Amino acid sequence: MAAVGGTLAQEHCGGFSFENCKRNAILEKMGAKLPTARKTGTTICGVVFKDGVILGADTRATEDTIVADKNCSKIHYIAPNIYCCGAGTAADTEYVTQLISSNIGLHSLSTGRQARIVTALRMLKQLLFRYQGYISAALVLGGVDLNGPTLHTVYPHGSTDKLPYVTMGSGSLAAMSLEEAKKLVRDAIAAGIFNDLGSGSNIDLCVITKEGTEYLRPYDVANEKGVRRGRYSYKRGTTG
Amino acid sequence: MQGIDTLSAAGPVQHYFSPYTFNGGTILAIAGEDFSVIATDTRLSQGFSIHTRYSPKSYQLTNSTVLGCAGFHGDCLTLTKVIKARLQMYEHEHGSEMSCPAIAQMLSTELYYRRFFPYYTYNILAGLDSEGKGCVYSFDPVGSYERETYRACGSASSLLQPLLDNQIGFKNQQGVTEVPLRKNKAPFLVEDMFNAAAERDIYTGDKVFFSLITIDGISEQVFPIRKD
Repeated sequence: MAAVGGTLAQEHCGGFSFENCKRNAILEKMGAKLPTARKTGTTICGVVFKDGVILGADTRATEDTIVADKNCSKIHYIAPNIYCCGAGTAADTEYVTQLISSNIGLHSLSTGRQARIVTALRMLKQLLFRYQGYISAALVLGGVDLNGPTLHTVYPHGSTDKLPYVTMGSGSLAAMSLEEAKKLVRDAIAAGIFNDLGSGSNIDLCVITKEGTEYLRPYDVANEKGVRRGRYSYKRGTTG
Repeated sequence: MQGIDTLSAAGPVQHYFSPYTFNGGTILAIAGEDFSVIATDTRLSQGFSIHTRYSPKSYQLTNSTVLGCAGFHGDCLTLTKVIKARLQMYEHEHGSEMSCPAIAQMLSTELYYRRFFPYYTYNILAGLDSEGKGCVYSFDPVGSYERETYRACGSASSLLQPLLDNQIGFKNQQGVTEVPLRKNKAPFLVEDMFNAAAERDIYTGDKVFFSLITIDGISEQVFPIRKD
């Protein structure tokens, strides 16, 4: 095989390319302003209750100090029995969950079985670990499968936790009814909405049980929009 | 407050201290024929946290002058303290209150005095001039100032100023009769403006502190806006 100048150009093999990182760092030092990705300063949470899992999220997306989206959806579909809340860079959470959802779909088709939460979890953490934290997706993964209702958190670097029930005492959680659990998640998200400037607008919930999934969007409008006092309609021809 | 230059990992690590922080806040002022209004939101924040939901950024200086002051709260406190002290000295010396245009000139001098270590403050002065007409003066942090009929400043200024241009300045409108703003309509307009700002600016929210300045004195009003 003929090689020009003795070195072979490396073939493009997919994934992220980091070849411009050094250049960008130099440009930034020289004073160039680099574009920023949209981050969802977010409040997400989940709770395990007697018959299933409830996931909750706010609906604000911010770009620096401006609210970019007042009603965005942060509870992502993975499988009919698995959903996933995402925080971090909006594009990363969206694409990571879509990719895993697709792979989980193919996997359950080829095995002929319902998808398991642990499968999605392992796919997610292995993907995120491969990218060493550069994919900024912090996730709460929840669902119901043959092992019952389960909740996990996934960090951008690929580490995972099985969510601590300990904060509430596992006994009270096991006895918690659906309505109690919904209220708990609502209050948790509302706390984030009112006290964190990166979170805001409405509260979305996703209730997953053995019987099925219920996506409540919005579950609660935490903030009522102010009522307009004046009239701002223009006479025909005013705006050209 | 303290940071590390992460890019120079190979070279010497630089530590720095920043004496400034931004505490948010939006100010809006409108001058009418025989009145002026000034309103500020009451949220005090830093980064993604709220310090307090009720910290009005307007400071009554005399019976006919109110100063709106947003930016770095520490500098706002110091600046208003200095201004109030100088106003008291003026009163002792002259036996009368300083007029609004005179306070504007003094504030400008006070800001430019700190040209190379500025007060990180955005100021709007609202009041009545010696003829009893409504007046609004807007400032930049180092003392450049101008008398205007309406002005928004602070964190949501870029959202509100175009709204004011359109609604009070009748900009980008064809075939309209330019009517001056009426006294009873001003609070409604200001409320709508702040509701709009709170929708999109994360540093504007909670409550609005509204002052109406007339020859009869200053009337104050507080109304709620979004809290998220």
